[in-house]
Amino acid sequence: MAKTISLTLKVWRQKGPNEPGRFETYEARNISTDASFLEMLDIVNKELTLQGKEPIAFDHDCREGICGSCGAVVNGHAHGHERETTLCQLHMRKFRDGDVLVIEPWRSRVFPVIKDLIVDRSALDRIIASGGYISVRTGQAPDAHALPVSKEHADAAFEAAQCIGCGACVAACPNGSAMLFVAAKVSHLSLLPQGRPERWRRVQKMVRQMDAEGFGACSNHYECEAACPKGIRVANIARLNREHLLAAFRARLFGEYPDIKVLPPSV
Amino acid sequence: MMLDSKVPAGPLAEKWSRYKAEVRLVSPANKRKYTILVVGTGLAGASAAATLAELGYNVQVFCIQDSPRRAHSIAAQGGINAAKNYQNDGDSVYRLFYDTIKGGDFRAREANVYRLAELSCNIIDQCVAQGVPFAREYGGLLDNRSFGGAQVSRTFYARGQTGQQLLLGAYGALMKEVNSGQVKMFPRREMLDLIVVNGKARGIVCRNLITGALESYAGHAVVLATGGYSNVFYLSTNAKASNVTAIWRAYKRGALMANPCFTQIHPTCIPVHGDYQSKLTLMSESLRNDGRIWVPKKKGDSRPPSEIPEEERDYYLERRYPSYGNLVPRDVASRAAKAVCDAGYGVGPTKMAVYLDLRDAFERLGRQTLDDLYGNLFAIYEKIVGESPYSTPMMIYPAPHYTMGGLWVNYELMSNLPGLFVLGEANFSDHGANRLGASALMQGLADGYFIVPYTMGNYLASQSLEPVTPDREEFRQATLLAEERTKKLLSIKGKKTVDEFHRELGLLLWDYCGMARNRTGLEMLLKKIPELRAAFWENVLVPGEAETLNQSLEKAGRVADFLEFAELMARDALHREESCGCHFREEYQTPDGEAQRNDAEYAYVAAWEYQGDDVAPQLHKEPLVFEEVHPAARSYK
Ligand SMILES: Cc1cc2nc3c(=O)[nH]c(=O)nc-3n(C[C@H](O)[C@H](O)[C@H](O)COP(=O)(O)OP(=O)(O)OC[C@H]3O[C@@H](n4cnc5c(N)ncnc54)[C@H](O)[C@@H]3O)c2cc1C
Ligand code: FES
Repeated sequence: MAKTISLTLKVWRQKGPNEPGRFETYEARNISTDASFLEMLDIVNKELTLQGKEPIAFDHDCREGICGSCGAVVNGHAHGHERETTLCQLHMRKFRDGDVLVIEPWRSRVFPVIKDLIVDRSALDRIIASGGYISVRTGQAPDAHALPVSKEHADAAFEAAQCIGCGACVAACPNGSAMLFVAAKVSHLSLLPQGRPERWRRVQKMVRQMDAEGFGACSNHYECEAACPKGIRVANIARLNREHLLAAFRARLFGEYPDIKVLPPSV
Repeated sequence: MMLDSKVPAGPLAEKWSRYKAEVRLVSPANKRKYTILVVGTGLAGASAAATLAELGYNVQVFCIQDSPRRAHSIAAQGGINAAKNYQNDGDSVYRLFYDTIKGGDFRAREANVYRLAELSCNIIDQCVAQGVPFAREYGGLLDNRSFGGAQVSRTFYARGQTGQQLLLGAYGALMKEVNSGQVKMFPRREMLDLIVVNGKARGIVCRNLITGALESYAGHAVVLATGGYSNVFYLSTNAKASNVTAIWRAYKRGALMANPCFTQIHPTCIPVHGDYQSKLTLMSESLRNDGRIWVPKKKGDSRPPSEIPEEERDYYLERRYPSYGNLVPRDVASRAAKAVCDAGYGVGPTKMAVYLDLRDAFERLGRQTLDDLYGNLFAIYEKIVGESPYSTPMMIYPAPHYTMGGLWVNYELMSNLPGLFVLGEANFSDHGANRLGASALMQGLADGYFIVPYTMGNYLASQSLEPVTPDREEFRQATLLAEERTKKLLSIKGKKTVDEFHRELGLLLWDYCGMARNRTGLEMLLKKIPELRAAFWENVLVPGEAETLNQSLEKAGRVADFLEFAELMARDALHREESCGCHFREEYQTPDGEAQRNDAEYAYVAAWEYQGDDVAPQLHKEPLVFEEVHPAARSYK
């Protein structure tokens, strides 16, 4: 049954990318435990607005844990402490009356703060643009049943394909690595027969773009897996490493991929 | 104005092939000379932009979110229809066509719906080629499930995340073209106006949501794929940024708005629980494959569901509609839920809910199988409600979900404004007065991958378009207007927040233009909405500044448009003196409470033309001619 709790929030406020930021303290009073974390922020924002202050800016859209828009670090945990839960799906019944919450944006040099809790994650789009797809044109694709795919492979591909691109893995990693994000896409596509023809080029391109963006290296902390709201497994990183190694071998044997270009890191 | 639907001549099944065979083409060398602006990156926008770019057009793409992958389509859950007949259960293009036109209560254009059914199979092929991981059987072939309004299993799915997987496929195709340089992507932009030059759509004005700057973009054609307007109800299953702004501004520039009162209330959503609530969450219709809907037979029964014995449960859908049972179309299921709750049989703390019970399915199929089918839905339910659907029946209630109405388009998906194409949920085209489940994804992708790439060529090849650049007077005027509006919104400094006004509007519409409507209520709305709008412009409080990221200002602009649009919605609902599909006028029902259509007087598309801010819009009618099917009373009994 719903009850209400009151909390103290210490929220990162920053006017723009080049402005200094600081924590501000707000009280969130009489919050229904049935409310979501973002609804709690809505209530605080309404009060700020009525007091003539600027509300806290945060990204959000679907509020169902699927678009990957929302995200903040709450008491040191990306998307809060609840496992496999995005911030929008975290509900206040998971907190206690009197809790103090420190709320910050994703911290990564590749994700500059735009305002308050909003960061620029366009680097992730550029990694996908570099090769995170199967290059087919719209047109007369063969009948869907022309190419059977074993249920095991299809399910494993689906598990990896669930990534919502929120960036929590990067925020959680001590090195700011995007390996889990890249691994999820590489796994999804290399597990499917349709993705095989481009397999080696794809992994090379995506890893190069990732490096060019300035993401850190993976040193097996597994914080990314713990933070991932979709439960994407680090086993995918092992697959990425294997694919990348094989691609590098092949490149030695058969020649490099001369046409790989890296997109300029900032927009 | 004569509304020319431009439906090609010939037998229904041959119209689209004929059109394609006769359509005018643009040569590869000439395609390079054209720029197309695509607003929206949901299934419709992303698939259109990717395909147009592959063909060689220069494409500029705009969306509100920080990445095109986050468009509202990402949240679609249950699946996508296609007439593959992989199940050998008697499906065919004709049957999908017929189910869709009947599901829409005979208020859609035959030729469009037939083409949609035809293209459904190509969509599945295309998506599989892109690597969309649809659910498969052990033999390696694709699996299907059933959705409402059909007696065959034709729905393809990827667990409860079909929209996500389809959109990521289209997003991949789009990003491929970003990489090739053929698409230029403009995220975090909101279109605030459409630019019409000499009667043709030639550009847009956007607000850059990071800097607040107003930006002008010119092109040879404009594609709007900006989604639906269910958020006019404030609480809906749509993403928070879903809005009517883009199509409303196009309407105010001369594009006709068709059937705005056709809004769908989805039967299976998590019920409202508090006034802080910011949105409602859908529990996919696919759950009705295996879940049974019931309420206690005794009024006001407050025993927990586990203590209500089988013989004291009323499986009211199975009782009233034995041949479709729990899989009746959405409008029918929603009204039935409302009826039992209004009569005092509702359950849960608010008594505005019914049970969706998976007990029998757990026993029949086991937990693992159900997890494979609906795992993520169960997780969402548990997170929101704090109860596990494994141990107790889910509680559900109808919620605003989808809008069949939208900008009027002809067979080529072009509005009455030449050069303005409208795709996906933003147009009115295929679903009549009620959309069947798993048909929106199908329509969005059919529009984007397979229709507009042809019809765009036909348009461009038959025009001589003068050069237009953003320094023209039309852009300057529109920018000035947008600037003034922003200034006004920020200067009011009233006492109520934007959300408070939005919530008030939503409640009004829910009560009087929701699942049931009547003359008195609608006439009252036509007084109340302008009052609320006036109050908004006097008393709204929008903090912050124009030249920066300002989410309150973004919302204020959208709500201001909803406040205008809502009036047109009520007007349309009032004028249509019949019940059809989701438009249920209480005055027009059969003795057993079903919708009573009036084909003699209302078998037309109502297309409204803007005449000025305080002037009544003008109604144009596109008669619906049925050559193939005979509109019959819809029966699911
Ligand atoms: C929870 C849920 C589940 C659903 N499940 C299913 C299902 O299982 N099967 C099915 O067939 N259908 C389903 N639907 C319906 C379906 O998801 C939508 O109808 C469909 O995705 C709409 O796609 P679209 O491309 O037309 O628009 P959207 O996906 O809504 O995209 C709109 C795009 O336009 C942009 N935009 C909007 N306004 C502006 C503006 N002013 N300026 C710039 N950009 C703008 C947005 O940023 C976005 O990119 C579901 C809907 C919901 C809400
Ligand atoms: S708002 Fe979409 S994932 Fe949280």
